[in-house]
Formats: sequence, structure tokens, C-alpha cells
Amino acid sequence: MAETINMPKLGFDMAEGTLVRWLRKPGDTIQKGEVLAEIETDKATVEVESTLAGTVLSLLADEGAVVPVNTPIAVIGQAGETPESIQPAALPAAKPKEVSPAKAPVGSPLPGREVPAPPEGGKVKASPLARKIAQGAALDLAQIRGSGPGGRIVRRDIEALLQRGTGSQETASPVSGAAAPVAAGSDEIIPLSRLRQAIGRRMTEAKTGIPHFYVTHEYRLDALLDMRAQFNKIVPEDEKISVNDFIVKAAALTLRQFPNLNASFQGESVLRHGQVQIGVAVAVEGGLLTVVCRDADRKSLRQIAADLKAMANRARAGKVRPEDIEGSTFSISNLGMFEVENFAAIINPPEAAILAVGSARETAVVEAGSLKPGWRMKATISVDHRVSDGAEAARFMQALALYLEEPLRLVL
Amino acid sequence: MKKEQYLSMYHEMVQIRLLEERGAELYQAGKIGGFMHLYIGQEAVSTGLIHAREPRDRVITAYRDHGVAINCGIPASAVMAELLGKVTGVSRGKGGSMHMADVSRNMWGGHAIVGGHLPIAAGLALGDQYAGNDNVTICMFGDGATNIGYFHEALNLAMTWNLRVLWVCENNQYGMGTAVERASAVSEIERKADGYGMTHERVDGMDVLAVHAASIKAIERVRTQGKPHLMEMMTYRFRGHSMGDPERYRSQAEVKKWQDNDPIGIYRAALLKKKVSAAELDELEARAATEIREAVEFAEASPEPGMDELFRDVYVEDQASG
Amino acid sequence: MAKITMREAISQALWEEMERDPDVFILGEEVGVWGGTYAVTKGFFDHFGAERVRDTPIAENAILGAGIGAALTGKRPVAELMTINFAFSAMDYVVNQAPKLHYMFGGQFRVPLVIRAVGGGGRQLGATHSQTPDAVFAHFPGLTVVSPGTPADAKGLLKSAIRSDDPVLFLEHATMYQVRGEVPEGEILVPLGQSKVQREGRDVTLITYAKGLELSLKAAEELAKEGVEVEVVDLRTLRPLDMGPVLESFKKTNRGVVVEEGWRSYGVGAEITARIYEQAFDQLDAPILRVAQKEVPLPYNRTLEQAALPQVADILAAVKEVLR
Repeated sequence: MAETINMPKLGFDMAEGTLVRWLRKPGDTIQKGEVLAEIETDKATVEVESTLAGTVLSLLADEGAVVPVNTPIAVIGQAGETPESIQPAALPAAKPKEVSPAKAPVGSPLPGREVPAPPEGGKVKASPLARKIAQGAALDLAQIRGSGPGGRIVRRDIEALLQRGTGSQETASPVSGAAAPVAAGSDEIIPLSRLRQAIGRRMTEAKTGIPHFYVTHEYRLDALLDMRAQFNKIVPEDEKISVNDFIVKAAALTLRQFPNLNASFQGESVLRHGQVQIGVAVAVEGGLLTVVCRDADRKSLRQIAADLKAMANRARAGKVRPEDIEGSTFSISNLGMFEVENFAAIINPPEAAILAVGSARETAVVEAGSLKPGWRMKATISVDHRVSDGAEAARFMQALALYLEEPLRLVL
Repeated sequence: MKKEQYLSMYHEMVQIRLLEERGAELYQAGKIGGFMHLYIGQEAVSTGLIHAREPRDRVITAYRDHGVAINCGIPASAVMAELLGKVTGVSRGKGGSMHMADVSRNMWGGHAIVGGHLPIAAGLALGDQYAGNDNVTICMFGDGATNIGYFHEALNLAMTWNLRVLWVCENNQYGMGTAVERASAVSEIERKADGYGMTHERVDGMDVLAVHAASIKAIERVRTQGKPHLMEMMTYRFRGHSMGDPERYRSQAEVKKWQDNDPIGIYRAALLKKKVSAAELDELEARAATEIREAVEFAEASPEPGMDELFRDVYVEDQASG
Repeated sequence: MAKITMREAISQALWEEMERDPDVFILGEEVGVWGGTYAVTKGFFDHFGAERVRDTPIAENAILGAGIGAALTGKRPVAELMTINFAFSAMDYVVNQAPKLHYMFGGQFRVPLVIRAVGGGGRQLGATHSQTPDAVFAHFPGLTVVSPGTPADAKGLLKSAIRSDDPVLFLEHATMYQVRGEVPEGEILVPLGQSKVQREGRDVTLITYAKGLELSLKAAEELAKEGVEVEVVDLRTLRPLDMGPVLESFKKTNRGVVVEEGWRSYGVGAEITARIYEQAFDQLDAPILRVAQKEVPLPYNRTLEQAALPQVADILAAVKEVLR
């Protein structure tokens, strides 16, 4: 049977050879080891010896042709035999498959798959760590000013923001949504998120470092609820005002009379703030942020409602801006929507006080000697004893009643 | 020497020849990669030399090591599988043509850095001296290796420390393509031993019986005197330095002259004279041919090393980190 | 615990291992009669004899080649290079023979060889005798490269190196032989291939080894006065490299400086930095900086030499830069 002589590999790095000269022609007989052709590699001209004995049936490459290694160049067989299935070297089909240069490495995108777009804010200068924490805390890097070299946003910038912005229920976190059911009897370890860690650090410092005291007061809320109902009849659906908006405005106005509670403790001194900026705790995924209603004492209820709604939406959507969460001078935490009678909150340092607000509840009240139904709401103020005393706090809570129980004062 | 040993020497020489001829074809067919240096023409040297050793004597050589491997008793199948890079190869497919070794047969490797294994040979002998035995380390190298620093450091150390090394220079006339006289200030290489006060001799490396007789004496001398000794084996490689050697440095006539002096032919004639029948020798040749065919079949059928081989044996001890 | 010098610690390790295992022997230039050019093997020749404390010719290829050969036969030689700079004369053995033989012959060969070599700058020996080319050797798989920074580690690591079945290059720093430190009495073995936190802190991580450890600990003291808490991770083994403690520390501090005595280009710092980028990118809060030797052959003149070598002040500056 006819067999081929292939272009020999004559060196470890030889990929192809040039057929310089045939020393036999078809029909010649040849012995094993006799020279069949001369080929030229990039290093030398070498003689190709036949590895077969027989008759040269055909030559598959022209002189001068460049032939890849291991491609048939001649057919040797018995005289008269006709080789059929052997492709001449000159035909491209005969070329051995070249090593595919385009073989996709593992993990590279599949053809047709979209390359993900660069992340938003790709031009913001931020350290990889800062990016990661910001992403976890739903902060928009584009809104943050970096303190690192060349304005690079670094960890401390993000953490400072988060610490300023984290509020403070002493009770369980009001994050909505029940935990995923866990199979009975199995324990689970949940690593703390960055946000959770920041809240934890901040609150531990506050609770262990600040001498808290608490004053609770009950408010008659009937008038406020009536007024709110009237308001909400005349404003569009998305501009409705919440009980909390009333409380923010009431607290802000009251604070104007109690500058010592609209203050920051500074170790050796107390800083009384010229403006009233009310922080309102908002539950977000994995924790809470405190958004800041600026100059709440000078804003209308509608404006307060609109501001807080916009900021809360941004916080929940992860688009919070630094100014949304920076610079509060007094905080309010409201768990009223959860049918909470009363609770106490941890102060958000360096503020001097925080107001914790429970639910408005219809209850049996005694008024002018007779029992009748009425709406009541309890609130508790937590105060830094280094800044203030019980009497001042009690007076504040009393003064607050003026606005909450006669809410017309809020719009005058 | 018993007749069996004569015959087994003949059988091995033929086996080496056929293994390498098939190897060359497989190389040209692209089945063997890298560098491959053929021993064809020099078979008498390692055959005569290694048949003169005791099994406890160590052998270490350079990269032209296929013949040495066969003479040390490594099966042709394991050599062929190594050439094809298979996991069944003597070095698990990780050494290739130049790095055949089998510690169980006291064959301490083919080594690919010219001269690099000479100080290591001195160290093998140092280990034996330290252990208090009189094993001999047989270190083979080419003429080219005698011009590099390793050679001189190793010979000096061996002589200074009385190490039992038999230094065997295979003078095949060319270091790659450069003739001995063009590369070495002293072309009688054996004389280099004089610089170290070491005994030396020249041997006809095409005559396996001469090699064998001289080697027995030399090994005995090294063993009993506790000193190194140098042998220069005059030989010739019929093929190029490695595959793809254009051989511009020597004439066809010169090659022809040496080929007429084929060590296998010389030995065959000698054996016939010693009343070994031609039929017996033909049968040995046929047996060798069958063995080589089977070796190729074995090697081709053997599996490629798995990816688990990639990181295996980088360190003896487990390494958790990189 | 006794406070002893690095020299004594290394000497003790050799002595104890030679007493423990008769297969352990020393060979090298001037290791015997002279007692070692750095006096590490002083007294060994008289006690162990010429067979086990072998003076060699000045021939590095012979020393290391013979060491490898003897190791192949199951002995445990400790080959000493008078300085690491002479390794270049025998580079073949350090990087091309010893680390390759086990792998290349399919696991058949074992090379339980220790190559001890002293290196480092700062002694006005000029460019060819003052190098810290550790990274060059750490490039090669199959070789274990160790360089201790404390006497206790020097002793424990050298004893482990001698017992290792793999070739180990053990690099000593010439200006550290007199450094004193507490070394536990009796048997101590420090595992090869384990980095270690040598000082805890939370603001920035210094990653270093050998002479760099000495400098880094001094820098950490200085910075502590300014309220900066520096964590210092000592690599101890350059190959195989243990990134565990480095990454742990970095996850805490998010900022790092690598301190090495060798040249910056293609150096240990380059490797460590790249691995942090690869393995802890999200933990980066600032670029990692490298403190290393200036890119010049080390000059003879003392002032120039010190200017070329890394100093505590360079570390302080780098730390302040990454803390910006």
C-alpha cells in the first residue's frame, strides 16, 4: 500500500520547510535512507531521506514550495499503484490544522455576550475600598468629596458620612421584611455588613460613652390628626403629610426655645447650633440612615413633607447625597407605624438629644371628669446629661405639647 | 566474560541503534519534541563501560543519554515513552530526551547543561565516601565539556578529596559543530588530567571489547586506590549533533570513513570470530526490532500526563502556598 | 529566655543539627580551620572534624555541585557560600540544578541541601560584594528561599531547612549577626513558608523581611509616638510565599508599604504589591508603596552607600504618604 513521506521536523522550533530540489522523480525506485529531496529550513539546507522503500508514485510539492511540517510531500508505493486519498501539499486542505491563536481562554466572555458597561461614576476618584463600602451603603460616590490625595475618596470619607448619618433606635432595627425562614434547629452566621459595622461602632460609643437620661411625655393628638386629615384632603396623593412631619416641625419650633438641646457636646464646651436641622431615621436595607431636614423650624409642613419624602426615597434607592445625611443638630426616631407604645433611642453623637416617638393610639381618656375616647401618643426624649438636666428636658417636652396639641401654631 | 554477556552487549547495541532510528522518524513526524541528540555511532562506549560496572556503581551522563539509559537496564518502552512525553516515561514525561534517569538502576540522569553534572558526580562520590563505602561514580561527558569551568572545578575537587569518580570523556571529535582542535588548547583531552595529578588513558571507543576491558581495569583502579581516573574514549557520532544539524562542519567522506568502522559491525565480526553463529546474532537483532516496535506501540498507547502532574513534584514537601 | 545574637542562633542551629543527625555536614570556603569568615562555624572543625566540616577550594561550582550530588545520595549537606554574591559564579546550581532535579526526573531525585549565604549592603564592600539579590532566587519554583529577621526565627528556620527534603537557600544579612533577641532554650523549629506578624497595629501594614524587619520595627516605634499604629508582617520565607498574614493585616489596615533592601524593580515589593492587587483589590484604600534600594550598583563611599540603601526615614515618609 502506498504511504507518504512527510515534511520532516528537523529541529525543535521548525514549523515549515521550503522544498528546494527533488532528487527523485515519479517512477524512480528508492531505498530507505536514500535522499529524496533537499529542503531548506530557516537554519540550514538539509537532505530528506526516504523512510520507506519502493517506487516514487508522486511528488506532492513543487520545488520552491513552503510546506508545513508533517504535511505529505511524496507518495511511495509499489510500481503501478495509484494513490487516491492523498492530498497534495500545495492544496490548503492538506495543511495540518494550525494552532488556533483565537482559542478563548477559560472565563473570557462568550461571543455575542455584552461587555458590561463601566460602572456609573467611573470617573470619580475613589479607592477600591471606598467604592466597595459606598456600594454596600448605597451611597452615590459622585456626590462625595474625597479627602485623599488629589481629592480621592477614601475609606475615612465614606465612614465619616455613614457615622454622621446613622441614627439610633435602641430597640430592634426597624428594617422591614421578615427574615427568610430558616430550617428549624439550624444556626446561621451572618457576617456584618459595612453599614451594620458602622452603626454598631457608632452606637456602642454613644451608649457606653454618653450618660443618657430619659423623659417620657404623653400628648393629646386629636387636634393634630384632625388637621392632618383636612390637609390631606386638599393636597395631591403624593404630597400627603405624615404625623411625623408634624412632629418634625413641632420639635424644630420648640428647639428654638431650648437652644441647649439643639447642641453638640464638645468635651470642654457645648456648641449651640444657630440653625435647627432635624435628623430623621430612615430604615434602609441592612440598617438605617438619618436624613436631615434643614431649617425645619422655618419650613412649611408641606416643604418638610416633600423634603423628607425625597430624601427617604433616595436613601432607600441607594442614591443618598452627602447633604442628605450630614449636619443634623437634633434627631427624631419614629416607630409609630409599628404600633409601638413607647421606646427610648440612643443619642446620635455629638448631638445632645434625640426624640423617640411611639404610635398614636385611640384610648380611653378622662377629661373633665368623664371618660371618653381620645387619641394619645407617647414620646421619650433621651438627653446627654453632660449637656442638660431632667428639668430642662421635661420643660422641653411640655413646650412640645403646645405645638402638638394645638397644631394651628405650626402653620401660623 | 561469559557468552551471555557478550550477547547481551550485542543485543543492547542493536537495541540502542534501532530505538534511535525509530526515534528520529518519530521526531521528524512531529511526535517527539524539543532537542534530541542521537548516540548512533557511539554505542560501544556506554555498552562496554556500563557492562564493566557493578550495580552499586553510579552512572551519570550528559544529554546524549538514550544509550546509557538502555545499558543501565531501563526498558526501551520507558525510554520511548519519555521521548513521547508520556506519563509512563522513565521521568514521567517531564524530562524528555535529555533527562532520562532511573535511581533504582543507579542511573543518575542525563543532564542538559554542558559540564553541569560533573561537580554533581563529585558530590555523588562524596556521598559514598561520607557513607564509608567504595562505590564508584562513573561520569560520562563529551569533549566539549572539558573546556568549561565545571570540568576543572570537579576534577580538582575529586583529586583533592580522593573521590571515587571514573571520569569518562566521549571524544566524538566535535563539540556541536566545532572540532576539538578548534575549541580546546590541548586536543589530547586525556592530558588535561595531568593538571590535577590524575591518571588517564585513551581507549578506542569504537571497539566495545576494548572499552569493556579498559573499563573493568579502570573501575577496579578507582575502587582500590580511592582516587579518580580519566578515560578518553575515541569515538564518532554518525548523525548530527541534534536533529536538524546541517553538518557543514564535516565532509561526507569523513562520516563515511567512520561509518565503515561501525561499532556494531566491528563487534559482530569479533563475535563471529569467537564462534558465535550468525543465526544467533540475527535472532538477537530480530528480537531487538520486535522490542523497539513494541516500545513504540507502548509509548503511543500510553496516556498523556494528567493536569495533576503539572504541580506534582515541584517540592518534596507539600506546599500550601505559592 | 536567653537573649543571644543572630550569629549565635545560626551557629546553635548548625551545631544541634550536626549533633542530632550524622548525615548533616558542612562544606564551603574557610568553614573549617578558619572557623567561618563570619565566625558562624567557629569551633566546629575541632569538635566535628575535617570530614564533617569540609574546607573547599574557592570554586563555587564544585561546592554546590558536590553538595547537590551528596544530597542525592541521602546526605544532608549545608553548603556555605562565603557571600550570596558568589552565587552568581554558581548560578546554575542554585537555580538551574537544585530546584529542577526533583521535578524533571519525575520525583525520583531528592536534594536535601541547604545553601547558606550571607548578603546585604552597608559595609562599604563596593558593588560586587554588597548585594541583596534575594528576589532573583525567589523567582525559581522548586527552590525554597528563607531570610530570617530575628535570632529566634534564624535558629528555628535553619533547623527546619536542614530537615527539609527540598533545597533551601538560607540568606543571612551581614549587618544583623550582632542583633540580639530572645531565643527559647532547646529545640525550636519554625516551619518554612509561613509569614508572621511581628508587631500589631491597625493603621498601616509594613510588609518586609530580614534587614527590612529591623528598619520597619524602628519606624513603627517612631510612628507610634505620633499615634500611628503600624502592623509589621515578616515574610521570613520568600518562596513559597505565604500571603495569609499579609492579606489578613491588609484587610484591617487597607494601606501598605513593602520594605526590602534589594532593588525596587522586579523585586519582592513588586511581587507582594501585585498579589495584594490581585487578591485584595477591594481592600485598597491607597496605593501600596515600596521602600527599596536606589537603582544603582552600591557605591563604596559611606555617605553614598547609605543614601542608596533604604533607611527608617524612607519608611516614615512612605507611611505618611499612604496615610494621606
